[in-house]
Amino acid sequence: MANKISDETIEYVGILAKLELSDEEKEAAKADMEKMLDYIDTLNELDTTGIEPMSHVFPVNNVFREDVVTNGDGRADTLANAPQRKDDTFEVPRTIG
Amino acid sequence: MAKQYETVIGLEVHIELATKTKIFCGCSTEFGSAPNTHTCPVCTGMPGSLPVLNKQVVEYAMALGLATNCRITQVCKFDRKNYFYPDNPQNYQISQLYLPIARDGYVEIDTSAGPKKVRIHEMHMEEDAGKLVHDEWDDTSLVDYNRSGVPLVEIVSEPDMRSADEVIAYLEKLRMIAQYLGVSDCKLQEGSMRADVNLSVREVGAEEFGTRTEMKNLNSFKAIVHAIDGERQRQIELLEEGKEVIQETRRWDDNKEHSYAMRSKEDAQDYRYFPEPDLVPIVISDEWIAKIRAQQPELRTEKLERYKKEFDIPQYDAELITESKRVADLFEKAVELCGKPKKVSNWIMGEMFRLMKDKSMEPEDLVLSPEHLAKLIDMTDAGTISASVARKVFEHIFTDDVDPEKYVEENGLKTVNDEGAIWEAVEKVIADNPQAVADYKGGKEKAFGALMGQSMRALKGKADAGAVREMLMEILKA
Repeated sequence: MANKISDETIEYVGILAKLELSDEEKEAAKADMEKMLDYIDTLNELDTTGIEPMSHVFPVNNVFREDVVTNGDGRADTLANAPQRKDDTFEVPRTIG
Repeated sequence: MAKQYETVIGLEVHIELATKTKIFCGCSTEFGSAPNTHTCPVCTGMPGSLPVLNKQVVEYAMALGLATNCRITQVCKFDRKNYFYPDNPQNYQISQLYLPIARDGYVEIDTSAGPKKVRIHEMHMEEDAGKLVHDEWDDTSLVDYNRSGVPLVEIVSEPDMRSADEVIAYLEKLRMIAQYLGVSDCKLQEGSMRADVNLSVREVGAEEFGTRTEMKNLNSFKAIVHAIDGERQRQIELLEEGKEVIQETRRWDDNKEHSYAMRSKEDAQDYRYFPEPDLVPIVISDEWIAKIRAQQPELRTEKLERYKKEFDIPQYDAELITESKRVADLFEKAVELCGKPKKVSNWIMGEMFRLMKDKSMEPEDLVLSPEHLAKLIDMTDAGTISASVARKVFEHIFTDDVDPEKYVEENGLKTVNDEGAIWEAVEKVIADNPQAVADYKGGKEKAFGALMGQSMRALKGKADAGAVREMLMEILKA
């Protein structure tokens, strides 16, 4: 394996993903990520000079909808997913001090 | 001598587009509805749901881009901006980083030193987040996802502004353009226009920019001005003390008139953008651009020109009236109905602006209809109501858009043209006030005024004052 994920990197990625990992989990995640990067290296071996980068795999563009209201009151379904609710809102720990 | 500092300001302005539905789903964008009613699996980021782009969003963004002299990006696409926050149920915002809809534009603003160009770096389409309401007592925040997925255009300026005045002029210009185009109502208090201020200071004459900070949570022009003054001062003080300005995001608290750092190191701004895989690219043809260009409505500069040619009103009036599209539309429609531009302008410039100021209203809050204003002018001209009654009726048109004809009828406010009735009222006043009559006859001119006032009151202000004066004189002379 050519790529190495440092302790700092796994810590940082954990912060970005809002994940708290145990030491074992960190090691496992490091190994997985190293494999992923190695795979990217394999892809990078391919000569892509002169090939235009694509942003999408399908040869399709301009898929639009018209500006017409098609959805009704979605409150019941949406709030069914709320771990904690107050009236008709999602209640979460206070975000701003 | 103390060092002289220059303030350098760039703005990120978010404008909520006036579409009927959200950017990627068929949920309504109506403001002020009960929490979470306008939600569906797409705008709440449920697994497996797929966004489909609202065509109107692209057309509004193109209109804004063209009106601000931008170049439209003919192959553009969306990207994912990843972050975790309760207002964002998808854990990413669909935005544009690599190929935004428009680039390299400018708007011209008026400054004390003459016209100035503020360059626009780029303009991108994105979705809004949900709304958080913070509960002071419970230590919780309440989330409403009605706003999640409402279309926004973010306009990023170059750091071309040097004062709070220039910032306000720039914002007013953008607001006017958006309102004239009909792409947004730009109400700051409802959050349909929001600005983040990037500010740095440097010594006058310096080539390099200083370190900038970004200020958020600015929801009124007043707050923006305060925040700019406060942050400029804070940065100058740091530099004077030999300290460094740290590049950070700060939140402005307008009540405390103070800003504080918002993001800690733990919350590093690393959004890990990548191309949005659920949306296909947008290819904008020359024909499509030409079509949008052809549809662009008359903007303010052209409107001012036309007013000068078509209507006989002072330049100053024309400028104030065209400052808001809402007022300009009201003016034009009322003129079309009654054919009296000068009189329509007088009502708008006088009573209407006075009442708006008294009630601190924005043009967007106006309820009066051009039909009723035109009718009021016609009734006054025809002598159906007196000038003082007209002013009273106008207030009711202003607040409740009453039909002046009906209102005058129901409240018995028609001008008394019946000479017999005026004569009768005046005679009664004279009979009831022997002392005043005696005073007047004895040479006290002031007593006439009292009798005149009593007579007008007796007629409830509905008679022509000239006619009343004449009859009063006549009877007193006899």
